Amino acid sequence: MATAAKGVVLLDFWVSPFGQRCRIALAEKGVEYEYKEENLWDKSPLLLKANPVHKKIPVLIHEGNPICESLLIVQYIDEVWSNNPLLPSDPYERAQARFWADFVDKKVSECWTRLWKVKGEAQEEARKDMIEDLKLLEGELGDKQYFGGETFGFVDVAFVPLSAWFYTFETCGNFSVEKECPKLVAWAKRCMERESVSKSLHDPHKVYEYVCQLKKKLGVD
Amino acid sequence: MEQSPSCLKLFGSWASSYTHRVQLALKLKGLEFEYMEEDLTNKSPSLLLYNHVYKKVPVLLHLDRPIVESVIILEYIDETWTDHPIMPIDPYERAIARFWCHFADDKLGPAAGAVFGSSGEDQKAAVCQVHENLKLIETELREGAFKGRRFFGGDKIGILDIVLGCGSYWLAVFNEVMEVKLVDSEAFPLFHAWLRDFEEQKEVKEIIPAIDTLLEYARGIRQMMLSLKDTTSSTTTTTTTAAATTAATNNSNNNLVIESGTSV
Repeated sequence: MATAAKGVVLLDFWVSPFGQRCRIALAEKGVEYEYKEENLWDKSPLLLKANPVHKKIPVLIHEGNPICESLLIVQYIDEVWSNNPLLPSDPYERAQARFWADFVDKKVSECWTRLWKVKGEAQEEARKDMIEDLKLLEGELGDKQYFGGETFGFVDVAFVPLSAWFYTFETCGNFSVEKECPKLVAWAKRCMERESVSKSLHDPHKVYEYVCQLKKKLGVD
Repeated sequence: MEQSPSCLKLFGSWASSYTHRVQLALKLKGLEFEYMEEDLTNKSPSLLLYNHVYKKVPVLLHLDRPIVESVIILEYIDETWTDHPIMPIDPYERAIARFWCHFADDKLGPAAGAVFGSSGEDQKAAVCQVHENLKLIETELREGAFKGRRFFGGDKIGILDIVLGCGSYWLAVFNEVMEVKLVDSEAFPLFHAWLRDFEEQKEVKEIIPAIDTLLEYARGIRQMMLSLKDTTSSTTTTTTTAAATTAATNNSNNNLVIESGTSV
């Protein structure tokens, strides 16, 4: 159900999984918004004004008010537009959902920042950590359809954009997500059947291409 | 509303500001709980079971179900016991409060930890970083989201007061132990005034350990750290201040690949 939302703008970058979380959440709620692509090497005055502390995307601007940090943006979206709730209503379940979404940032994203930049022993350690963290997430998913149970929820929104990076993780880290965490791969495929997800994520090979170009640009081999 | 001690248990450490946050929130809500002091050098099987992912304090056990990560615990407490709310009602205000809670944990905490874990030129750089962070908060107090407020939560202590306040007392401790000026009342008058006011609150006084105890503790840790070759070693700082262990890894957050406000 489309909601005529006044003045919703998303400052974003096409391949950012953090930006994609916001796009998925907005799509799940049927909120119309203006998408603004940022050049991260030449950030707009609007972005620098909207996020003066971190100067990073994504930023959601709603009725002139900027909200920063992807998981905070998703929670904000969930609280403002109450249809198709992403967070459960029970406080304990909400705490669990917040924990695992935070885990994706604290652990998986952190591993990734090491995996693509380092070599040798450090990379081996990053690879081990990444596999361990993915297995923990797989354990949390269990045999559920989604992390949210029967319904697509907050943790699914938080984690699914990184599934487009599995191919990149695998190639950089020399391991197979399918082999290590088959349930996660199956879950990601299920999520891709949702339009909100398939329209927000990019092809994994395109993501990998981007990372290769970035590595060249930054002189990281 | 369950208020009997048997249904609430908190695993914590006396010097952990993360633990103090939860104790303060429970106190503000008038909730009784059983407290279990953890020896962080020899963690109990219960702690390792209830927080098998991070193996850290604090852990709140409510009706035998564990909740971990202090800010998540605070929101859980607020949503379960709705009297004396600590989160704002308005979604935008809530987003702002959460944002600055993250800032406290991802930026200010590690910066303070870096001051504690370094010396010489490195320490000077770390002090600058703390000042940069305090400047941002001062600006919000002076002309931004928290303009004109007594507390970050308004007239009463809110979640951000709890998060920033339980931890900021370390800044004064570091002032003494290392003779660095972190909270300059001239450079950060509003932050300084807020902190003084916060520390005077009855509930806060009942939670925060005596300054002498904190000083002795900090001096001991500092001594131990300086005697090691690598003064930014993560293992020795884990038991000290908020997020000191992540000081080194948080230094370069300039990751163009996966930009986000949350530091990785």
